Amino acid sequence: MMAHFSYVRPRSLKEAIGHLAENGARVHAGGTDLLGCLRDQVFDVRKVVSISGLSAMRGVEQVAGGGLRIGALTTIAEISEHPLIRKHYTALAQGASEVASPQLRNQGTLGGNLCQKPRCWYYRGEFHCMRKGGDVCYAAGGENQFHCIFGSGGRCFIVHPSDTAPALSALDAQVEITGPGGLRTMPVENFHVHPEDDVLRETWLERGEIVTAVRLPAPQASLKSTYRKIRARRAWDFALAGAALALELDGDRVVDGRVVLSGAAPVPWRSLLVEDTIRGKTLDDRTIDAAADAVVKGARPLAKNKYKLPLFRGMIQEELRRIHQSAGADG
Amino acid sequence: MKKLITLTVNGKSHEVAVEPNETLTDTLRYRLGLTGTKKGCEVGDCGSCTVVMDGKPVNSCLVLAMQAAGRTIETIEGMETEKGLHPLQEAFVEKGAIQCGFCSPGMILSGKSLLEKNPNPSEAEIRGAISGNLCRCTGYQKIVEAIQSVKSE
Repeated sequence: MMAHFSYVRPRSLKEAIGHLAENGARVHAGGTDLLGCLRDQVFDVRKVVSISGLSAMRGVEQVAGGGLRIGALTTIAEISEHPLIRKHYTALAQGASEVASPQLRNQGTLGGNLCQKPRCWYYRGEFHCMRKGGDVCYAAGGENQFHCIFGSGGRCFIVHPSDTAPALSALDAQVEITGPGGLRTMPVENFHVHPEDDVLRETWLERGEIVTAVRLPAPQASLKSTYRKIRARRAWDFALAGAALALELDGDRVVDGRVVLSGAAPVPWRSLLVEDTIRGKTLDDRTIDAAADAVVKGARPLAKNKYKLPLFRGMIQEELRRIHQSAGADG
Repeated sequence: MKKLITLTVNGKSHEVAVEPNETLTDTLRYRLGLTGTKKGCEVGDCGSCTVVMDGKPVNSCLVLAMQAAGRTIETIEGMETEKGLHPLQEAFVEKGAIQCGFCSPGMILSGKSLLEKNPNPSEAEIRGAISGNLCRCTGYQKIVEAIQSVKSE
């Protein structure tokens, strides 16, 4: 049974922000995550502020300098099908096409995908866990097969559920945030909160603030980006292991690149170790094997998720081999 | 507190009073009597509540009725015309793509949306289009065949 709340549908962003600054207000866009949380009573809500009427926040536009601005209310389906995104920001189109199911991609928005709540069954269940203000992480010693191998800070072992956030982080995107204090931007890479910084929140949004858009830098012809998601079923499931790669290539030599893991940590997990291993190198067997070692270096698996280590190793090897082969074919 | 909203369902406009926390599934079933839209998991996993909103299949269990105000909804009841069942419904009957029938309304609406967008889909595209609809009888093969049979006509 869903909690009782009042519902408002503001006509302007300013009005929406005014409502959202109130205690107990929650933003409602596609609603696919919010309604599940309300049904499971994960948090209290007094007022649901629907922003779906703010049509200026929907759609993809090219901006001066050649980048893209994607409104936060653009649906995941629209992103996965958009020709410019498919052509120049492949990792994002692939990430979006791997989200949930066709229905949920039609409903869910980019802003919502970045701001979704964790899927940990203790958090979604009746447990007053550390992320809800309690003292215990029940996953640490419990059923933790889908939990993290990096970045728990020893406090909370969720994995961040987004497929678009790792892709956006790899593509060096910026998130545009609007609130009572006006507009600010920050790299998607820094948008999510590590448990050691604050275990009670997932993003750095302050009260009254919402994500209004995401900005992608101008495409570079030398940049090759991919997103890979490994999951138990072909639909709906969240990533057991995943990776977004955005590599600047010269032939099959990696000039520079960003590698961001999903299914690995409470935030989209940038693997600097993999980046350092492949930067300046040709993607030969030796480099690829070294990258496989690097992707799990420092991992601290739990009792039931040790299987993730070979999964991440194999996945990074396959992805780099595929990029190597397609670079060879192009050259 | 209830609010009055206008919903366009299967081409007909309805004025209904709904609660803020009421889902579109409940409005369709309990206020409009359109029980072809099924209630399964109520969390967006199973697809049995699928309806077509503004031309796209969505899980109506995750849509608030108030969110659907002013939008166009199509349910399974809207597929039949005065000529009889929709060709895709006929194909489901013909191919034995219905066992218990609980997933059928959602499956048919997902299949119909696919065929409208892509009249000649591959098997992989059909399987992708119905990947958000679970069939507990696991009759997927016949469902795929039913959708395929309509495309080739």
